[in-house]
Amino acid sequence: MNKPDQIKTQDRPASLYAKREPVFNRRIDGKFRRLKWAIMVICLAIYWGTPWLRWDRGPYAPDQAVLVDLAHRRFYMFGIEIWPHEFYFVAGLLIMAGIGLFLVTSAVGRAWCGYACPQTVWTDLFQHVDRFFDGDRNARFRLYKAPWGPAKIARRLAKWTVYLAISFATGGAWIFYFADAPTLQHAFWTGTADPVAYATVAVLTATTFVLGGFMREQVCVYMCPWPRIQTAMLDEKSLIVTYKDWRGEPRGSVKKAGKNPDRFGDCIDCNQCVAVCPTGIDIREGPQIGCITCALCIDACDRVMGETGRPRGLIDYATLEDAEREKAGQPPTRHLKLIWRPRTMLYFAVWGGIGLSLLFLLGTRVHTDLTVAKDRNPPYILLSDGSVRNAYTLRLRNMQGRPRKMEISIEGLPGAKIWSDDVGMAEAGTALTRIVPADETQSLRAYLVVPAGTPAQEFTFHLQALGEAREQDSAEAQFDAPGEQ
Amino acid sequence: MADAHNSPAAASRRIDEATNTETVGHEWDGIEELNTPLPRWWLWTFYATIVFAIGYCVAYPAWPMISGATEGVLGWSSRGQLQNELDAQQAARARTVAALADMPIEQLPDHPALMRAAIAGGSAAFKVNCVQCHGAGAAGSKGYPNLNDDDWLWGGDLKTIETTLIHGIRQPGDDATRQSMMPNFGADGLLTAEQIGQVADYVLTLSGKARASASSQQGAQVFADNCAVCHGAAGKGSRQFGAPNLSDAIWLDGGRREDVVAQLTRPHHGVMPAWGNRLDPVTIKMLAAYVHSLGGGEDFAETPAPPDTQPTEAE
Ligand code: SF4
Ligand code: SF4
Repeated sequence: MNKPDQIKTQDRPASLYAKREPVFNRRIDGKFRRLKWAIMVICLAIYWGTPWLRWDRGPYAPDQAVLVDLAHRRFYMFGIEIWPHEFYFVAGLLIMAGIGLFLVTSAVGRAWCGYACPQTVWTDLFQHVDRFFDGDRNARFRLYKAPWGPAKIARRLAKWTVYLAISFATGGAWIFYFADAPTLQHAFWTGTADPVAYATVAVLTATTFVLGGFMREQVCVYMCPWPRIQTAMLDEKSLIVTYKDWRGEPRGSVKKAGKNPDRFGDCIDCNQCVAVCPTGIDIREGPQIGCITCALCIDACDRVMGETGRPRGLIDYATLEDAEREKAGQPPTRHLKLIWRPRTMLYFAVWGGIGLSLLFLLGTRVHTDLTVAKDRNPPYILLSDGSVRNAYTLRLRNMQGRPRKMEISIEGLPGAKIWSDDVGMAEAGTALTRIVPADETQSLRAYLVVPAGTPAQEFTFHLQALGEAREQDSAEAQFDAPGEQ
Repeated sequence: MADAHNSPAAASRRIDEATNTETVGHEWDGIEELNTPLPRWWLWTFYATIVFAIGYCVAYPAWPMISGATEGVLGWSSRGQLQNELDAQQAARARTVAALADMPIEQLPDHPALMRAAIAGGSAAFKVNCVQCHGAGAAGSKGYPNLNDDDWLWGGDLKTIETTLIHGIRQPGDDATRQSMMPNFGADGLLTAEQIGQVADYVLTLSGKARASASSQQGAQVFADNCAVCHGAAGKGSRQFGAPNLSDAIWLDGGRREDVVAQLTRPHHGVMPAWGNRLDPVTIKMLAAYVHSLGGGEDFAETPAPPDTQPTEAE
């Protein structure tokens, strides 16, 4: 009987969906492994330490060295204080980060992926936790296959607890960049912190736990856009992890090679390079998107080469161009020479150019700003003695962490007198002095009066921070007056 | 193919050769649908939304009935929420309102925070009640005073503005209303057309809008006989009578000769409602503070008395 619902699954084509094969990578030691440890320690130290650095800004501003103060829309970075309208500094830094990635990628391949990317760092960390609880590769594999029982459950729970603790400690620290760290720390543990803080910690802990603890290389291979971009940035002169197949193939065990030395290449097919790979790929199949250039396979193979008495570097950092040269028996180019080529120099020039312009802007920025909005309804007021009054709303901005005295004066409007709602017409003069509080924008209504008969015209408001020569700003404005009647 | 599953759909079900997948059994114009089940997580999400929707219908107002909708066990409604927010707003303002109610308006300038609150509230009340005549910018128009300038018919300090607001201008039935009447010099035949022309010429010289002429010199006498009673000998007006200052640059009813002649012949008498009947005292206080803040407000002490008016016993 050919029942329609009885379709044999083996008749169907292989599904496009492949179930994840868990990776049980082996522990390995070597110079790249140690480099990874060093970078991990440095990155985490910077990440954890930065919010706790203090920077005295006096009583008017927070004394945290690096602080993104969203509530007051300020960004503090040591001596620099960025206001929202100066967001181009942040935009510039982001562009620099992007171009910096191009620069690094074109010079040394996917170094970001292999060493500095948080996903890589956390995957790495969690794989060490795996090893601590479950043992190395084979033990972990056995445990994975073993049926669920009290022992396995206990081990898993212990491991996940440590995952969670690490996720909390790393993800949670992020909030300290957005508020005064010691205060927030105290508030956090006493349960009085803002709900946003708890929510942020919860979200970051959960994502670290899931992405680093369970999804791991799936994030790199399927979710992350960088590999696509970075792969496109590579060219034949970029350093990438390469298996030198002309030297390694055909593979043969030491025994086989011993019997027949001429037939076999240097690879003894020991699979160590596959065993240590955190993304579970076989680099001998050539460059591939799953490779994050972490160089652990180099460490592994170098050790094997050492043990079998063969020259190291069967798997090594090499450019595709070098690979061709080596295949042809020529010596490889020096690495330094690879870095200095038109492409990297161009990236460096653009990157450095943006950096220098940002520095220039930073050096020349003033901390005083004036904007003027004219009252349009009514455009002018005729006073009883025939003089004409216009009203304006001025905004004086003091972008420094201390109150400053500023003077507003008028240029290009003969006979004009200025006063404001708190000064009074009786004290009207040619200029107005205000003390603008630290880090604030002060709004002020100003009245300007000119003698009878002054025609409508443009003029300039000038703002000068008293005693600071360079700290000034001006704004054009219109003065309206009655026309001919 | 004849067996228990012999329904028409089942009969037409078949395995699609290209993909080796079962079809769902219907076909339209040669196009068949492959039976590719939805992913399980998707289905569970879908079921979860159904459960959520049922829970939502129970908890919140949901089903339209003949009059109104089901109420929901939580008792929430958007109207109720609005009412709560309004109540909360009112409660939040209660202290300021109470403080304003207790504060004599003369003392308002000594309490800057309260003053600011009053100005803000007055600005809102002005937009509702006053813009129809005085304009959104309080600049008035011909016959409707500009409240931004420094020329006040009845006085420009807080207390006087408040009094004007409470009692209005020329409001019948209010004893304390601002009352003044310019006679119909022309229409009632009190002055001849020639005299009106002469006095108009004279008035225009007071503010420097016209040069002295033979006509204006004639007018000076007419003015002294008929107009100086209210407007003062020098034409500087009188706040006691709300008589405009004729020697300044501001003209309520127009400053051209025709305007002056028209006003002399058949005067325009502006009116303003007695807001004391319609608005509560706090709102009026706030309005007074707002009008005072527009740029022409006067101090209590320094209110300059026009030199040629007699001191009055009132206020
Ligand atoms: S570790 Fe080296 S020798 Fe061993 S399989 Fe990999 S490439 Fe071959
Ligand atoms: S192939 Fe080598 S460099 Fe690439 S991810 Fe695996 S171990 Fe790292």
